[in-house]
Amino acid sequence: MPSSTTVGSPHPYIPATDADRKRMLARVGVDELDALFADLPAAFRDPLIDLPPALTEPELIALLSARAAENAASARPSFLGAGAYRRSVPSVVSHLTSRSEFVTAYTPYQPEISQGTLQSGFEFQSVVCELTGMDISNTGLYDVASATAEGCLLATRVTKRSAVALLEPIHPGTAEVVGTYAGGAGLNVDRLSSVDQLTDEHACLVVQQPDFLGTIVDLEPLGRLVHEHGGLLVTVADPFALGLLQAPGDAGADIVTGEGRDLAGAPAFGGPSLGLFAAGLPYMRQMPGRIVGRTHELRNAESSGEEPRTGYVLTLQAREQFIRRERATSNVSTAQALIALAFTIAVQALGPRGLRESAELCYQRAHDAARRVAALRGYDVPERGPWFQEFLVRGPVPAGELAARLSKRGITAGLDVSNRAEPEARNSLLFAVTEATPDGHVDALVEALASIGDEV
Amino acid sequence: MEYQTPENLLYTADHEWLRREGEDSDEVTVGITEFAQEQLGDVVYLELPADGTALSVGQPFGEIESAKTVAELFAPVSGELIGSNGELEDRPELVNESPYGEGWIVRVRLSDAAELDGLLDADAYRELIPED
Repeated sequence: MPSSTTVGSPHPYIPATDADRKRMLARVGVDELDALFADLPAAFRDPLIDLPPALTEPELIALLSARAAENAASARPSFLGAGAYRRSVPSVVSHLTSRSEFVTAYTPYQPEISQGTLQSGFEFQSVVCELTGMDISNTGLYDVASATAEGCLLATRVTKRSAVALLEPIHPGTAEVVGTYAGGAGLNVDRLSSVDQLTDEHACLVVQQPDFLGTIVDLEPLGRLVHEHGGLLVTVADPFALGLLQAPGDAGADIVTGEGRDLAGAPAFGGPSLGLFAAGLPYMRQMPGRIVGRTHELRNAESSGEEPRTGYVLTLQAREQFIRRERATSNVSTAQALIALAFTIAVQALGPRGLRESAELCYQRAHDAARRVAALRGYDVPERGPWFQEFLVRGPVPAGELAARLSKRGITAGLDVSNRAEPEARNSLLFAVTEATPDGHVDALVEALASIGDEV
Repeated sequence: MEYQTPENLLYTADHEWLRREGEDSDEVTVGITEFAQEQLGDVVYLELPADGTALSVGQPFGEIESAKTVAELFAPVSGELIGSNGELEDRPELVNESPYGEGWIVRVRLSDAAELDGLLDADAYRELIPED
């Protein structure tokens, strides 16, 4: 009798009635509800929460709809990138990942009971290995920054060295997180403006591909150099760009990390993110996070003579924190399972050719936009070498002012990188144009830049 | 269960054994006891340092990984690592099958033979194996 549960209840959404409460209190032996909270100092027990009066449901919907309409970001042309990019994500991704079965970040406590979860993890690993050209991948970490920090820790474990080198230009957020991890682990982090600063003390050289200013890096000579110094090459790669670029594994990378969020869906509030982590076979036992293995049943095949059934298991867990505690390889036991699933579906829906074509389209559109900007009077697009989807723009006014003037015209400019040390970044904004940037937005940008140029 | 504890070996409280290669030899062979391999379960991997590595008594020098855990290997004596059992790379299960024979782990050149006096004989070691 559902209706009886709310009769006598103090609130329509709280099923316990006053009579229920009295019975429960009597059972535990207290007179009133407040007695259960007697341990809390009175001042904290019932603090005044300053809220406006309650609204009715229709009033609330009207209020929140009006607030949402103020958020113009989705319609406003934006050329921000610097680590988070708008991608054309196939709609099959959100269709499939919205199924309720998938909505958990956690591997079940008895993981093998959820063969579907493990199979999707295994397929994710296969996709990451193929994209990066590496032997082994885990089921994903929180984001590219923490994945890169884990890569540095792995390198220090296997080389028994206590310093890591980050080659500029690298994403400052990634560098900062590496610094946070390094502080706890007692490691030194050196940020190199040139590879000539690399030494035999460094466990690894961390190189971003494309780098923070959008330039495509020739990884092979860097790999040779760090190997001559007895260190590892850690490549922080944009998995989307890998549709077009050489796989880092083929260029000598020992560890590849990356950010999978963009291919999984829209970048929202900077997340949720998805760290990719792949490595060469020699480092298999030093991998952080969880790894799914594929195996087959023995028992069934022996008794029935049928083909053994495929099964998926969590494997190589002997170094995880729940077994080794403080001596664990890492303290990551959570995977971004839903985001990893979305990433897997997106990459598989595109396929190797589709991913390549998308990346080519991205490259072409970005270069078309850069050419149009460079042709404007008063504008310069300083190049540091071949680049993928981001370009520097130097205008007739200081970078910060250019961004402010664009904003007044309803356009979000690229990131202000004018405070960076690279000479090309001086007085520059970093614009991102991708395959998902509408033509009209680029037109609006070119028009706005031209009119700003005419004003000065 | 009765575990083998050969009389001709010396033992540590970390469930490792040591055999001196000859009366006055400064070379010793080191492995884990039958009780230790039973506790670990199926051994799948060993991580050992390179020959020439200096070992310091009581300090960890390598790792032994089974299907369920990873344990550290502790140096039973100080000295220099002069060899490790290459067979274990392909057949780590030898540690389970023959802990005192084919499953030996490393050879060490002693730096201080007096440290041997601090090790246990088979009788003393048997006292350390919990009964269940």
